[in-house]
Amino acid sequence: MLDKSLFKSPNLALEEALSRETRQPQVVCPGCNRTVSQQVLKDELYTCARCNYSHKMSARQRIEMIADEGSFRELDLHVVSQDPLAFPGYQEKLQQARQQSGESEAVVTGLCRIGKQPCALFVSEPGFMMGSMGAAVGEKLTRLFELATRRKLSVVGFTISGGARVQEGILSLMQMAKVSAAVRRHADAGLLYVAVLCDATTGGVAASFAMQADIILAEPGALIGFAGPRVIEQTTRQKLPPGFQRAEFQLEKGFVGRLCRRNEQKETLRKLLYMHSEEAS
Amino acid sequence: MSLMKQVQQARNSQRPSALAYINLLVTDFIELHGDRRFADDPAVVAGIGMFEGRCVTVLALEKGVDNADRLRRNFGSAQPEGYRKTLYHMRQAEKFRRPILCLIDTAGAACGIGAEERGQGQAIAENLFEMMGLTVPVISIIIGEGGSGGALALACANRVYMLENAIYSVLSPEGAASIIYKDAGKVEEACEALKLTAQDMLRFGVIEGILKEGQDMVLAPSNIKTAFQEALKEFRGMKAAQIQEQRYARFRKLGGIFS
Repeated sequence: MLDKSLFKSPNLALEEALSRETRQPQVVCPGCNRTVSQQVLKDELYTCARCNYSHKMSARQRIEMIADEGSFRELDLHVVSQDPLAFPGYQEKLQQARQQSGESEAVVTGLCRIGKQPCALFVSEPGFMMGSMGAAVGEKLTRLFELATRRKLSVVGFTISGGARVQEGILSLMQMAKVSAAVRRHADAGLLYVAVLCDATTGGVAASFAMQADIILAEPGALIGFAGPRVIEQTTRQKLPPGFQRAEFQLEKGFVGRLCRRNEQKETLRKLLYMHSEEAS
Repeated sequence: MSLMKQVQQARNSQRPSALAYINLLVTDFIELHGDRRFADDPAVVAGIGMFEGRCVTVLALEKGVDNADRLRRNFGSAQPEGYRKTLYHMRQAEKFRRPILCLIDTAGAACGIGAEERGQGQAIAENLFEMMGLTVPVISIIIGEGGSGGALALACANRVYMLENAIYSVLSPEGAASIIYKDAGKVEEACEALKLTAQDMLRFGVIEGILKEGQDMVLAPSNIKTAFQEALKEFRGMKAAQIQEQRYARFRKLGGIFS
């Protein structure tokens, strides 16, 4: 059953994430082996200044980068996975994911302002079972889109996900349909939804809300696709060409509207939100 | 019966495929090919026909009847153009206000370089998005395999039924064995853990009912017919907005209890 002590208020979760950072003040860049401090990396928006490598970012780090200071109000922190299938080993996996990520689930949702523009925001947490979508993630996203529809708010979402969470079986698959239904209602209300596809966005998430946005942006280099490259290679016994399924490839094939580097994201989102606001119409 | 046996039964090539049911239950069926964008995908059969005196749109994932046919149809695993073919037909059904009947039998969406280049994820995502906006009733029946997103792309319906030996799963047991257990041999365990039978689906509220197959599938056609009949009767008097609302509510509740 659920361990209540795990679910702390948002501030505490943030502090926990920050304290993890201070425990590991130095980071080695996987791209060029440069050693930098967490603070420098943060100032560089988690993009290596020497080799352009995009460092993995937690949901909290992204929120701090994107949302106006102090504007983020988290929602549904208590919505967590229930292990509906009693799937062997899943409880332990969840415990581990909570400890590693400092989050209660694989997506963080809330309301915020981006360059003074109000919006609903969701950000996937890659450290929580690779951002996979189970019933709790589906429920949080559905609630966010429903709330945004009621309050006539745009939705901005950063997706990172391995897809549906296998340990929740068919109920994970159903979240694709459930979230799609809420996205559809939001769209029917004439409201804006912008998705920023990050590394990696695959499987059931790529095949649902990630690809349903009005405007699809992608971080350069992000892997975006339905089947993962390993699965395709195993199934087809073909070697995949370099750059296959990367954001640049998806741009060329016409599935991504625009690449957006981290240092351009906040300003691009601000402009998009503003252009769809009542003020600009 | 062991679960692995049941999975094998759901996949058994002796089981009637979608076209067999279409030919039995839909009169004057006119198949229409192509997605008007790229190609025709033989894994998807789509068209219009008469069911109980009323015009319906029929969409099906078709595995094929013999080896050559199965190969041609990619064993019922649709390419993006297959899903875009169904999308075209859904829009037609919406325009002409006719119900949509879906028969599902697929191990999953096609996996390959071409499918990715042409946006398999986007194609499925668009189907889910479009289906959630439909104001005509959609009735889906899983007749064999209901494999992942490739099946869901025809199952965002107002009513979903399963034949008693059909399966419905987020991932194939083989896939789950290699991903979760890192051991391709642990398929039996994966079958057990995934909870993929019609009974499981009914318990989770993922389907409305289980259709008996009978010895050698003799009961399957008439039970599928009855399921379609009853569902269509139920939605007959409903307003467009109610039909959409019912579908929303159906999926909204799936996913456990949250405070």
